[in-house]
Amino acid sequence: MTQSVRAVPGLSGRLLARPEVGALVAAALIFVFFLAAAPAFRSAESFFTVLYQSSTIGIVAVGVGMLMIGGEFDLSAGVITTTAGLVNSMFCWYFGVNLWIGALLSLAFCLLVGFLNGYLVMRTGIPSFLITLGTFFVLQGANLGVTKLVTGSVSSTDISRIDGFDSLGAIFASSFKVGPVTVWITVIWWILFVALSAWILQRTRIGNWFFAVGGAPDSARAVGVPVVRSKIGLFMTVSFLGWFVGMHTLYRFNTLQAGNGVGNEFLYIIAAVVGGTLLTGGFGNATGVAIGAFIFGMTSLGIVYAGWDPNWFKAFLGVMLLLAVLVNLYVKRMSTTRKAG
Amino acid sequence: MTDTLANHADGGLRRGEPLIEMAGVGKAYGAVRALRGIDLRVGAGEVTCVLGDNGAGKSTLIKIMSGLHPHTEGTLKVDGRETTFASPREALSHGIATVYQDLAVVPLMEVWRNFFLGAELTAGRFPLAGLRIREMRRIADEELRKMGIVVNDINQPIGTLSGGQRQCVAIARAVYFGARVLILDEPTAALGVKQSGVVLRYVAAARDAGLGVVFITHNPHHAYLVGDHFIILKLGATVLDRARAEVSLDELTAQMAGGDELAELSHELGR
Repeated sequence: MTQSVRAVPGLSGRLLARPEVGALVAAALIFVFFLAAAPAFRSAESFFTVLYQSSTIGIVAVGVGMLMIGGEFDLSAGVITTTAGLVNSMFCWYFGVNLWIGALLSLAFCLLVGFLNGYLVMRTGIPSFLITLGTFFVLQGANLGVTKLVTGSVSSTDISRIDGFDSLGAIFASSFKVGPVTVWITVIWWILFVALSAWILQRTRIGNWFFAVGGAPDSARAVGVPVVRSKIGLFMTVSFLGWFVGMHTLYRFNTLQAGNGVGNEFLYIIAAVVGGTLLTGGFGNATGVAIGAFIFGMTSLGIVYAGWDPNWFKAFLGVMLLLAVLVNLYVKRMSTTRKAG
Repeated sequence: MTDTLANHADGGLRRGEPLIEMAGVGKAYGAVRALRGIDLRVGAGEVTCVLGDNGAGKSTLIKIMSGLHPHTEGTLKVDGRETTFASPREALSHGIATVYQDLAVVPLMEVWRNFFLGAELTAGRFPLAGLRIREMRRIADEELRKMGIVVNDINQPIGTLSGGQRQCVAIARAVYFGARVLILDEPTAALGVKQSGVVLRYVAAARDAGLGVVFITHNPHHAYLVGDHFIILKLGATVLDRARAEVSLDELTAQMAGGDELAELSHELGR
């Protein structure tokens, strides 16, 4: 007990204790690196393409980050984006109804899946990793099975001539030009969701509860925080955002491959962890997760712009993840070190 | 610090007035009866000490009073009305606050967020209303200072405070939010002598402010310093139930140390 450790030593310590600082430094380095290495990277157009790429992962990552702050995982988050699109597309094609009906039905279905994930985790006490691994496989199998039953192939039919396509397309998959730059609407949505998530996490009561249920669920419950409701709400947030990205993919490409989306769940988790979210819950923030998604977008396209073999991308992501986990470990140790005495 | 406690304590509390009355309370987890036939009374301005070895049923008793698990036998009256708590929130709304030995706080969250956790001040009643952060920081800092807990920075994670300080923050929080009954689960178990003293002073201050205190411990010395009434549990049942005037520290210590069992053991070991 002779050694006295100061937990937050001044400004530098406080800065380091912020979840997103590591990610911000990494993002800056990667950005400069690709500016130097890939001439095609140096334009406003490609910057916005990077933002678009980031947003397709970043939107769901917003939810996954919040869920991880709440101490849970969702492995079904990747495949549910495809489920969302398939439910909408095939229901409307099969019954010949307006796409809006299918979109709302799909929303209800996704929220139900999120609710079930949360309910089962809270009710049984089984780790969310296992429960959502189950949901993941159920959805993956059902995506392929049902699509094959309905359409006879593994892709959904073209829905661009069904009523409602244009209005839904405008919401989920439109783009506009600013000078030479194409801005996809998902980038705007992504920024909005990040801002909303940042507000919720830092400035609202429910955000306070998310940190508490992730950091110490029993303590939270003991002071009256509704742990079950908070966590189920988080699972439903993730499946809502999964639905949102599913709608984007559907209305951008008209048809969907039923096997898509698998593997994305790990990209969301990587974005969250690289952004400083603690794997064990209770620590993280929205900006960090957004930067994590941006790093994903920069590297996945930067490697292409630089003319390298894109297969290296995954290896790179793995290295980023390991580094991020090390930084997280350090931060947690620093902020929980008890003062001697 | 007594003044601050008195400021926040419910002015309507009259010393000796019964706040919690339990009669024949028991709890069964399936076929296992963890607790049976407990009679316990918590009066305003009194400290009721519940002593017992590990597995005696202390935790089950706390869980019933704090709303974590409902009782399965007997009656629990709060302010003279019979109740069964469905959740900790419900117990809290009756002014029954529990401070747990190891679950008092969320270590990674700031001191002020911990202080207000579950009772945050918001700018409105709508779902995503902003928190009144500046106000909460100020109040938490002021309240802790008044009670003699000085933290370097109210924004530091509470995990960086010492065990005694964390325990005191948790108690201070319960009192600030209008607790009428304070249930303290082994508040001194993990603490050194000096830190225990800090916590025991708090217990006395809460009692003097008119709160009812349930002090759960396995240390009869700590209990005897502040207690008005003593209950010893063994294997889920009461083996001793006396007011302070009817029992001595030696008796308590002997009972806690095992009493008759100890005498038997001493005979058996024969030295």
